[in-house]
Amino acid sequence: MSITDLATAPIPAPSLDLLADLEQLLHYHFMRNALAAGTVVAVAAGVVGYFMVLRGQSFAGHTLSQVGFPGAAGATLLGLAPAAGLLVFCVAAALGIGALSESRSVERRAESAAIGSILAFALALGFLFATLYHGFVSGIEALLFGTFVGISDAQVLQLLVASLLLLAVMALMARPLLFASLDPEAAAARGVPVRLLSVAFLALLGVGVAEAAQITGTLLVFALLVAPAAAAQQLCARPQVAMLLSVLVALLVTWLGMAVAYFSPYPTGFYVTSLAFAAYLLARAVRWNAGRRGRRAGADA
Amino acid sequence: MNRDDGAPAAPALQLRNAGARVGGRWIWRGVDLEVPRGELIAVLGPNGAGKSTLLKAVLGLLPLSEGEVRVLGAPARRGDARIGYLPQRRSFDPDLRVRGLDLVRLGLDGARWGFPLPLRGESARRVDQAIERAGAGAYAHRPVGELSGGEQQRLLIAQALVSEPALLLLDEPLESLDISNQRAISALVQSICREQRVTVLLVAHDVNPILTYLDRVVYVAGGGAVAGRPAEVITTATLSRLYGVPIEVLTAGDGRLVVVGQPETASFHGHEHH
Repeated sequence: MSITDLATAPIPAPSLDLLADLEQLLHYHFMRNALAAGTVVAVAAGVVGYFMVLRGQSFAGHTLSQVGFPGAAGATLLGLAPAAGLLVFCVAAALGIGALSESRSVERRAESAAIGSILAFALALGFLFATLYHGFVSGIEALLFGTFVGISDAQVLQLLVASLLLLAVMALMARPLLFASLDPEAAAARGVPVRLLSVAFLALLGVGVAEAAQITGTLLVFALLVAPAAAAQQLCARPQVAMLLSVLVALLVTWLGMAVAYFSPYPTGFYVTSLAFAAYLLARAVRWNAGRRGRRAGADA
Repeated sequence: MNRDDGAPAAPALQLRNAGARVGGRWIWRGVDLEVPRGELIAVLGPNGAGKSTLLKAVLGLLPLSEGEVRVLGAPARRGDARIGYLPQRRSFDPDLRVRGLDLVRLGLDGARWGFPLPLRGESARRVDQAIERAGAGAYAHRPVGELSGGEQQRLLIAQALVSEPALLLLDEPLESLDISNQRAISALVQSICREQRVTVLLVAHDVNPILTYLDRVVYVAGGGAVAGRPAEVITTATLSRLYGVPIEVLTAGDGRLVVVGQPETASFHGHEHH
């Protein structure tokens, strides 16, 4: 089914029979592809997001997602796949942020200044590319806010390979990265290559952002990268369990968001983002409630 | 605990004609000193004199510009597993949602590649033991960000201890603690030093909170350093010689030492924050 077919076709109505609805969802090839892509991306985003939130690098992640926009727009302008442009720009920007924030003692401050500069330049470039490519207007909306129609088999495979590579590297460096994130000085003294890990993680974050952007759009990448990880960290302080929770939340909001979007005229990005935000609020509420009960128990004791 | 690492007789620390340069400027040079094993030693001196630089040289993070530093009988090198290190610290972000236990555990295997699967058996026991030793058992399962400065410090001491080091380097562990916590941590460090026979090198801005626990001091000032018993080093004569200007050491009625006339280190540019 092409985009135009879908635009003119009537919105399917849910029967509220769960099994029948599920069958209808999985009936179309494009929908199966969308769910497969969403699943693959959610797993990677859940893991990378955990470390991004832990390291306080949400701003860097935000910038990488914005950089994805001119990447994808530029690739389209050159007649290439938008996904390729996304990946190249996100990883290049990640390495750029790593290189610009060279000095370790003032890392956080230099990093935010470097990131801000890259961010403004990226948006300007994206705007230029979009203006140069006149036929691109409908594509811009998909790039910025996400779509799940027209994900090809090849794209699903590419996402799968990227995710597996990303997860393999993360599994290899998770422990020293955790050490370097929590306690960089002690880690460096114990021989952990803190600086190398920092750059490597930014590059992985670039890959994760480029992947997630294909589902949620570049503006709404945070739905999959930040909200599930932040919610998981509210609920659990064990790194391994919180990482798993982060993946589960990302999967749930992706599946639910896509399912709801299928039966509605509004974009996927909106639903995935809203659900992710709701999950975060819920996690905060649960923790607040637990904290209040804990304090009361402490006062009684 | 095994303390035989090839050269049991070698001193914990030996500096020979050592000089360190940061950004083209000599922090200290011509330093000759020796520190025996098994003692609690304070590294003292004014801000910017190079106390943290000395620790970095011992850790092998800062190569000396001249001379030599030997640690437990071998040249200083980065990632030496015989050293436990507690960096100078601001407190953890209150939003940090990672348990103290996980932080301590990284002291054991945090430098190894791979995924941090939950620990079992001997390793888990060592982590629990280090936490108990540091007196942090009551809150090791809570997120670090929620804990007080003193509680965080005990967990970090446990992290430095968990690898069963022969030398423990503590950079300003008493900083930003209240008086009772300063006293408690000093007593803890002393008992660790005595019972586990660990040499402890503790950087302090003010000697008084730890004076009664100390075996020895290394005083870093005026571009040099001297080592010895507190009563030999913290004196009008020794400090005047070290600084190169007249210094007076006064003893207050309660036994506190007051060093009068320390020149401000003019060339100091925000290396340590207070």
